[in-house]
Formats: sequence, structure tokens, C-alpha cells
Amino acid sequence: MNASPNGNLLEVRGLQKHFPIRRGVFSRVSGWLRAVDGVDLAIREGETLGLVGETGSGKTTMGRCILRLIEPTAGSVRFQGVDLLSLSSSEMRKMRRELQVIFQDPYGSLNPRMRVGSIVGEPLAIHHIARGSEREDRVAELLRRVGLDPSMMRRYPHEFSGGQRQRIGIARALALKPKLIICDEPVSALDVSIQAQVVNLLMDLQEEFALTYLFIAHDLSIVEHISDRVAVMYLGKIVEMADAETLYREPKHPYTQALLSAIPVPDPEARARRILLKGDLPSPASPPPGCSFHTRCPVAIDVCSRVEPPLLAVGAGHLASCHLVPGGPSPPSQ
Amino acid sequence: MPPPLLEVEGLKIEFASPEGTVRAVEGISFHVEAGETLGLVGESGCGKSVTALSILRLISPPGRIAAGRIRYRGRDILSLSEPEIRKVRGKEIALIFQEPVAALNPVFTVGSQIAEAIRVHNRMTKKEAMAEAVRLLKLVQIPDAERRVREYPHQMSGGMCQRVMIAMALSCKPSLIIADEPTTALDVTIQAEILDLLRRLRSQFNLSVLLISHNLGVIAESAERVAVMYAGRIVEEAPVKAIFTSPKHPYTLGLLRSIPRLGERARSGRRRLQAIPGSVPDPARREPGCAFAPRCPDVMDVCRGVEPRLLPLDGGRKVSCFLHHAPAEGERKAALP
Repeated sequence: MNASPNGNLLEVRGLQKHFPIRRGVFSRVSGWLRAVDGVDLAIREGETLGLVGETGSGKTTMGRCILRLIEPTAGSVRFQGVDLLSLSSSEMRKMRRELQVIFQDPYGSLNPRMRVGSIVGEPLAIHHIARGSEREDRVAELLRRVGLDPSMMRRYPHEFSGGQRQRIGIARALALKPKLIICDEPVSALDVSIQAQVVNLLMDLQEEFALTYLFIAHDLSIVEHISDRVAVMYLGKIVEMADAETLYREPKHPYTQALLSAIPVPDPEARARRILLKGDLPSPASPPPGCSFHTRCPVAIDVCSRVEPPLLAVGAGHLASCHLVPGGPSPPSQ
Repeated sequence: MPPPLLEVEGLKIEFASPEGTVRAVEGISFHVEAGETLGLVGESGCGKSVTALSILRLISPPGRIAAGRIRYRGRDILSLSEPEIRKVRGKEIALIFQEPVAALNPVFTVGSQIAEAIRVHNRMTKKEAMAEAVRLLKLVQIPDAERRVREYPHQMSGGMCQRVMIAMALSCKPSLIIADEPTTALDVTIQAEILDLLRRLRSQFNLSVLLISHNLGVIAESAERVAVMYAGRIVEEAPVKAIFTSPKHPYTLGLLRSIPRLGERARSGRRRLQAIPGSVPDPARREPGCAFAPRCPDVMDVCRGVEPRLLPLDGGRKVSCFLHHAPAEGERKAALP
């Protein structure tokens, strides 16, 4: 049972997470916030899938649902062919050896009262993998591998810079030799010169340990750099997915096009032509009917506000959900 | 030639700490011309935000301005009395912060906060000030301004709050706006809208802007001149094109190389990024010599002993690096062990 028959390490089908919105003294549920609203995706072994989207698009919730750090409302998550959502909590705990996570905030995600050696060694203790001097040797090796001096094992997190702390978080994620690592904005809190160091480290480790990454970030240039394929999320749904080169070269969905054009380019000669969007992201508590992007879309037509476009193939390995994309869903005649 | 609108000379800012004095800014000089946007770029801890605060004398203990001169329209900011500096703040020089939601007071409507800012510097009735607030909200393109002027900050998105902050900054018709990471907390599509708005307002009112950012893309598209800060110093200053096409300081070059470029993947495949090794030095434990020397790929012996000065090159550029300026005789001797 090493992988599912079609070579996918992870398969997510129809994943939904709706958070209740409670109001009043009796905390009655007055509505549902649709953070993730029906997502399908698959990650092949050894590949990096980038997941991009703006604040509130549901990308972080997505990562947490896969790990069952929060329980999804509906859908299925299959890892190596095993349905994670049907596992008991003790079975899930065993499964987490294979699925690890690196968080965004290198300050908040390390216990300030624990020494670095204990932080990195804790997964080994929890899963009864190594103890005593053997554990210490393993931790030293892990620290060395992420570019830290093993003699720093006795220090506390506050003695490290942001970049070093993120390396500690990576060492902890590696401790159990996982297959899949969910990287949730792993470099967005870091300075530009340090970001590149951590991105390089993640790429090196992937090669060395044959890791599979789900790389969640809002920075499209970093995602494009590290990912084999990229999925773009908007209001809880994937609106476009393609391999990294194609997505940049031929973005099909108007949202992806706007997102790419909005990125400021570090080249004063190339002051880009911008597609400026109207207004703000609608609330995921009351997503617009039809295509959820139609309220901000510069090319929306009548049908977009009524009919939700399905995510369909528009090229080889290229999916998009837009009524106006050639080869995509055609506007139903009425 | 008229003097520049803002002139900073030899500015030093220190913070007292139990471990000793932390020198956050170590003698920087720059100027902003009327109608110009100067980009101040650098990573966290390089001293760019305290520099911004010092221009309005907003550094509070344990921090202090230890040396230097700040001149605005030829007036010495550091020798003004408290009532005099208060007339400069907001009225002459306005400040836009990174966190628009945190910078607004949650218990007052945005309209009343803008009106208050107006009434501090102008004789106006509350009603007149409210009408002015509506006009300003329209100016920063907030739709349905008559209604939204009565809303509270929590009812608005981050992008809307930043528009409100910009409206407030414009309320007293300042000549200089200091924008400290104005779009860092915002999503890219919203960032594009705000940068577009700032550019439009700038030319409409002939504003000068000191734009502080860590994002080289934001600087590239908004600034005319750029000063690059590293560890409390300006290491390079040049017109924007020169900085991005032919950077002279190894730190500037390293920064530009370390960022992934959009579309590079399609051009040259999946490659490692060219990172700058090491990390920023601890400002409490400074070594002699060039602050960038421990991370510099082109480091020479002299760099570890003597600190280079920011000296002019051709084309209106300045750089502080011994690769471009041979050390003076006295400096060379000092470098010898």
C-alpha cells in the first residue's frame, strides 16, 4: 500500500469545511462560513503542488483539513490509498508520522520554554522511535542537515533569528522521515535574503529525502519557483490549476490573470499593465451566486452571476472554471 | 537651486537596553526633493522605520536621536518646540502606517476620525469637517462615501482602512507623505489598487513621498530614487533604474538576485535561488569594518577593519563599498593589524 493505483500520494475529493457562525446569548448558529467549498486535488509522489490565494481564500483551512487538525465537513482525503477521515484518532496519530507540517510563524510555532533539542526530538519521543543518546544523535544530525550547528541544541527559541527558527521547524517536520510535508506560508514571515535560503533548503531536502510538498503561499513568484504544479484558490474553491510554467505563461481564469498582473515586478522599465479588480473579496459567509468571482471580474457576462462554472480541462493538465475560457464550460443557452 | 524639501544629515538613533546601547541608525544622510518619491528599502531591523519616525520626532525613550540634523523646508526639525513640531505633524508631513486597521481607533467612526484630524489644524465646524471627510473619502475612491463615512473601522476591509488612512493623511494638505510599508499587510490585488491610488494622488497634488518598503517590486514601480539600507546605514543610493539595472553594492546585488522573478521558471526551469548567506548582524554587537563584510562574496581584508563611507559615483549614485572607492591612506593604515 505504498501509493494509490494511479500514482497519487494524496487525493482530496469534494473537500468542504463550513464553520458555524454563532450569534446571540444562546450561540445559535445563524449562518455558515464556507472556508473550503468543494475542492478536488491530487498530489503525485515526489511533486510539489503550490496552492495560492489571497487572505480568506481557504488555503490554510485546506492544509489543516488534510492533516485533520480541523475536521472537514464533507469530502474525502486519501493518503497512500487510505481514507484519512475514517481513521480513529490513534490510527490518525500513527499516520501523522508520514504527514508533517511547517507553519508560517517561526515565532509562534515553537514552544518558548523548550530547548531546541527537545523541540526537534519531541516527535521521536512521541512515536517511541529513539531515546537517550540515540535521540540526541538523531537531533544533531537533523540540525546539521537544516544548516544549524548541533551545539545549539541546548538553546531556547528566542536565541534564534526568524530564519533559524524556521530551520528548527523544518528539522522537527523531518524528524519522522515523513512522505508529505504541508508547508503553510513557510517563508512569508522572513526577510527577502533569508527567504531564498529557506526555499533552497526546502528544494534540497525534497531531492534528498524524496519528499512531496503541498506548498501554501500567497506569493505567486515564490510558488511558481518551487512548485511543479500550481492551484489557484478563490473563496474556498480552486479556480485554475496547471503546471507552473503553463499557469504563468497562459493563465486562463480572469482571477489568475489579475493576480499575476498585480504583482509588482522589481524592474522599473517593466511597469506592468495592470488588471485592477473592483472592490474587495466577498465574505465567505455569503458567497455570491453563480461564479464566485463575478462581482470583481472585469469580463463577467450575464450568465456568470447565475450559473457556477465547473472546473474543466482547458488544455493538457490545465483546469479552469470560467464560462469565458475557450475550451472551458460554454455559457448554457437560455 | 532651492534647498530640498527634506534634508537628513548624519542622523544617528540609539536605543538604551540592559545589554548596552543599540545603535539602530548609524549616521545616515539623504534628501527628498519637492514632488519626488524616494524609496527607502531594507530588511527588518535595518533602521528604516525608526528613520521615518525620527523625521516627525516620534522616537520615544529608551530611543533617542543621538546626532544629526533634519531640515524640512530649511527649518531645523530637531530644535522646534513641542507646539511647533505639532504644527508640522499632519499639517506639513503626514504619516501612513503598515497596519491600517490598528492605526484607526475602533470606537469612533472613520468620518469622525478624519474630521478630528482636520479640526486639529483648521478652524472648521464639526459639520463642515464631516462634509470635508466625505469629499476626502471620494478622493481616495471609496464607493458610497456618504454612507461609509459613518462606519467603524471593523466594518471595513484592510484595503478600505488604508484608503481611510490616506484620506486622513491628505486632510491637511501636507507637502510630504511618509508611507511606512503602506501595502505590506494587504493582498496583492489590493496592494496594486493602493499603489495606483498613491501614484495618482501624488501627481494630482504634487506630493513628495518617502516610501519605506522591504518589497523591491513596490519600490521599483513607485520610486524615482532609491536608498538601500543595511544594518543602520545607507549602503547605496541611486536613481531607480540604476539600482535595478546595475546595482553597485554587493548587498543590493545580492538582494536582487535572491528574489524569484515571475516567469523565470518558464525561461530557465527549476533552479536554486541565489541566497545571501548568513544573517543580519546583531545591532548590539557590532564588529568593526563594513557591516556587510561577513556575508559579502567580494570581501577584502580592508573591509573587515575599516568602515567604508557613502561616496558619490557618476550618474547621481552613491555607494559605500571599497570595491568602488579605494580606501584613503589613513584608512588603509588603520586596517593593518
